[in-house]
Amino acid sequence: MSIGHTLLGLLEAGPRHGYDLKRAFDEKFGHDRPLAYGQVYSTMSRLLKNGLVEVDGIESGGGPDRKRYAITDAGITDVETWLSQPEKPEPYLHSTLYTKVVLALLTGRGAAELLDVQRAEHLRLMRILTQRKRKGDLADQLVCDHALFHLEADLRWLELTAARLGQLAQEVRR
Amino acid sequence: MTPAGTLLCATDLRKAYGPTKALDGAEFSIHPGEVVAVMGPSGSGKSTLLHCLAGIVTPDSGTITYAGRELSAMNDSERSALRRGEFGFVFQFGQLVPELTCVENVALPLRLAGVRRKEAERTALHWMSELEVADLGSKRPGEVSGGQGQRVAVARALVTQPRVIFADEPTGALDSLNGELVMQLLTEAARSANAAVVLVTHETRVAAYSDREIVVRDGKSRDMERIV
Repeated sequence: MSIGHTLLGLLEAGPRHGYDLKRAFDEKFGHDRPLAYGQVYSTMSRLLKNGLVEVDGIESGGGPDRKRYAITDAGITDVETWLSQPEKPEPYLHSTLYTKVVLALLTGRGAAELLDVQRAEHLRLMRILTQRKRKGDLADQLVCDHALFHLEADLRWLELTAARLGQLAQEVRR
Repeated sequence: MTPAGTLLCATDLRKAYGPTKALDGAEFSIHPGEVVAVMGPSGSGKSTLLHCLAGIVTPDSGTITYAGRELSAMNDSERSALRRGEFGFVFQFGQLVPELTCVENVALPLRLAGVRRKEAERTALHWMSELEVADLGSKRPGEVSGGQGQRVAVARALVTQPRVIFADEPTGALDSLNGELVMQLLTEAARSANAAVVLVTHETRVAAYSDREIVVRDGKSRDMERIV
């Protein structure tokens, strides 16, 4: 995720102090990974240098960075461009799981067991996310759903691979 | 031997249809208030397992024990009394009676058990409100959406306060959002009533509402808890 663009987008609603920005980010997007304050500070310095934000005011005393930042016109254009461009879809072509399955077959270890263990681990995480979704608000539900759909896709791959293990074993041992 | 606290337990179940082995030594157990997902590829034997556990199909060999009683030792009328009184069923398609209103559908198992109409419908409305469909009482199944109809079917499965609910692909005919709602309400209602749920599904997002899962492959079951 582009932290710079996200902070810029948050600034579009109105000027904020660095600490307010961090709080808004954590509340909306941080979930399990809150932003380090140092990262906010270094990101804002970069945005300032590039003319995408400007200092709107400085409060005396208090914390380490009492600067209030405002977005510039160039900053608004930058957010606009970022939002209008599609994200590159993940190709998922270098899978550790695939490598493990092939190596298990090559070395005569139990590939089916490996897939089963992985399946149980995936479903364990899916249960945790499903529980969290039940207790969470809509934002939490959407974030968990995104993760759940990806895990589900992995599980479908695990099932399909399990069904094709015999064929795969013949091919890799050739 | 039945593990302590187990409500429904099956050991070494075998069932063949002609030359095809649908179950080939399957095992199963469930505690009160537990939700167990039964997963596996099409044709793996998961529906046969559910039908055996529910006393609908008789296995060729193996034992099924419900609350300390062996199913094979019961006669037909004892088994159907069990299905009516202690078990609840939800299928892929709600299988509601189209001529009856939704509240009459939900009250039906109670009416068949001899409960008077007023009392049966009052209990039915309680379960319909648990499933958030109380306002559909006077509508017929043809007048409600698929998701609503399935929630009416879940209310009907719960109305006799069964100790085990058998759900065979309960979200199979629903879109994601309605499927999630059915699963959330079904598992919440079952857990609060301390009923066990045997959930047959091929969807992992649906299985994620369970407490643990059994995978059936080639008629054999694997308890996925024990392999990690």
